[in-house]
Amino acid sequence: MNNVLLPVSTIWWREIIRFYRQRSRLFSAIVQPFVFWILIGSGLSASFKPAGISEQTGYIEYFYPGIVVLVLLFTAIFATISVVNERREGFLQGVLVAPVARWGIVLGQALGGTILALLQGALLLFLAPLIGIRFGIISLVLTLGVMTLLAFGLTNLGLLIAWRMDSTQGFHAIMNLILIPIWLLSGAFFPSADAPGWLAWSMKLNPLTYGLAALRRSLYFGMTTTIGDMPAWTFSLLIVTLFSILTYLGATLTATAKTY
Amino acid sequence: MSKNTITVENLTHHYGTRCALDNLSLTVFQGEIFCLLGPNGSGKTTLFKILSTLMPLTSGTVNILGFDLRTQTKAIRKLLGVVFQHPALDIKLTVRENLRHHGHLYGLNGKNLSHRISELLEKFGIVNRANDLVEKLSGGLQRRVEIAKAMLHSPSVLLLDEPSSGLDVGVRRQLNDYLKLLVETEDILILLTTHLMDEADECTRVGILDSGRLVALGTPEELKAQIGGDVVLIESDNSETLSTAIVDKFNVTPVLIEDRLCIECQNAHEFVRDVVAAFPDEIQAIRFGKPTLEDVFIKLTGNPFE
Repeated sequence: MNNVLLPVSTIWWREIIRFYRQRSRLFSAIVQPFVFWILIGSGLSASFKPAGISEQTGYIEYFYPGIVVLVLLFTAIFATISVVNERREGFLQGVLVAPVARWGIVLGQALGGTILALLQGALLLFLAPLIGIRFGIISLVLTLGVMTLLAFGLTNLGLLIAWRMDSTQGFHAIMNLILIPIWLLSGAFFPSADAPGWLAWSMKLNPLTYGLAALRRSLYFGMTTTIGDMPAWTFSLLIVTLFSILTYLGATLTATAKTY
Repeated sequence: MSKNTITVENLTHHYGTRCALDNLSLTVFQGEIFCLLGPNGSGKTTLFKILSTLMPLTSGTVNILGFDLRTQTKAIRKLLGVVFQHPALDIKLTVRENLRHHGHLYGLNGKNLSHRISELLEKFGIVNRANDLVEKLSGGLQRRVEIAKAMLHSPSVLLLDEPSSGLDVGVRRQLNDYLKLLVETEDILILLTTHLMDEADECTRVGILDSGRLVALGTPEELKAQIGGDVVLIESDNSETLSTAIVDKFNVTPVLIEDRLCIECQNAHEFVRDVVAAFPDEIQAIRFGKPTLEDVFIKLTGNPFE
């Protein structure tokens, strides 16, 4: 067992230590979502009157879980984009010729990214009471659990792309074409209830929609606030779990198939 | 298959339709520093990538110290120490952290690993830099750390891709001395690629690659002995007419390489004297010397080495 755990944990540890030594990454992954939140949240607050959501829920509050997910997404992107260059002309070359299975390499990287995303997402949780979300122990544990699954899934999604790409430009293109729209259409920005049919359908097919639903439901666990029409608890959790497993398998397959 | 050789048989590799390695066969023995010499695009990096397990073997067989490259990749990975052309250190980690990370990948841990790291830091003269971030080190020092890293798990085969690229002459010499010491003191096989003649000259045996084919194989002395006598190089504004004129007058066969005439001959000092006397106006510059590996390459391929 040690010959699997040791390489996985050392790859994980490196992600953490690198982050610690490039602390400006913390800034970029958290400040941009925060600014979005305040600006867009304040701007749309007055005109935001969706069906099925409590009167007292302003847009700042509605937008909050979406911002938490955006922080997870940005951290996952920043943590995985380095794979593109390091694989071809950097540190990862040495890892690739070591007697470590690709699934172990991917697992170490994914766990590293997950911890970083989780830590940064957790920083935002401190702000929740300010906008009226007062969670107890249970909802806090549930929230962290959902965030962990989401962070793991999003990091693996980033790895899946990064292991396939041969340039960081390609990664950026995918980020703008796929990752950001996935987030926009997850219910982070607007609820699906009022969206036109085609849009509501694309939101239904988006796995991140269920991530957002699970996160919203865990944040408001035990509270009476109505949070609108969205996928049920167990189904959302199931999809989020599947999402993180499938992205991990996808990233491992991509890494295994890739040759130089 | 022998337990102490790398045996490559009928290795062919294509990138799409382009043939990078063409039916290559060679054997490298333990205790030697084997050099693959070739210009860019000759296929040496492709061979390096296949041997280092970065790229799969598609055609032919490769056996490394008794293990089959196609089926026993994991066993082979444990035996290999690999130094890449592009630095493979994490510059945000210290020297010691880089080495420790590498040790963990190879299953080394705890006291064993710390001991082995101290040993190598000592051997490579980088003890006092052990706790510095790699980004603070000069290029030469980084290369030393790179090799220390590759040697950390005591590999039986050391593969180096253009190890001296980007290093100045002094550091290159140190590197060569270290590699020589290594083959003398440990049971190891060293295979390196280069496009530098002087680096190839220092190796036990040299394989010359051109367009994916092995065009020559032997010690540097053997290869250079293929050229009878000395090599004379003549520069002229009108090389072609000069060439025919020389053929008419002397018993030699000039080869035209990029506006320069390249001539093999015995007693070059007499030939130079006579040819300058015969064509004082046509010859702009002339020099002669003992043949180099570059001359061997030119003779064998008819192309300039670049």
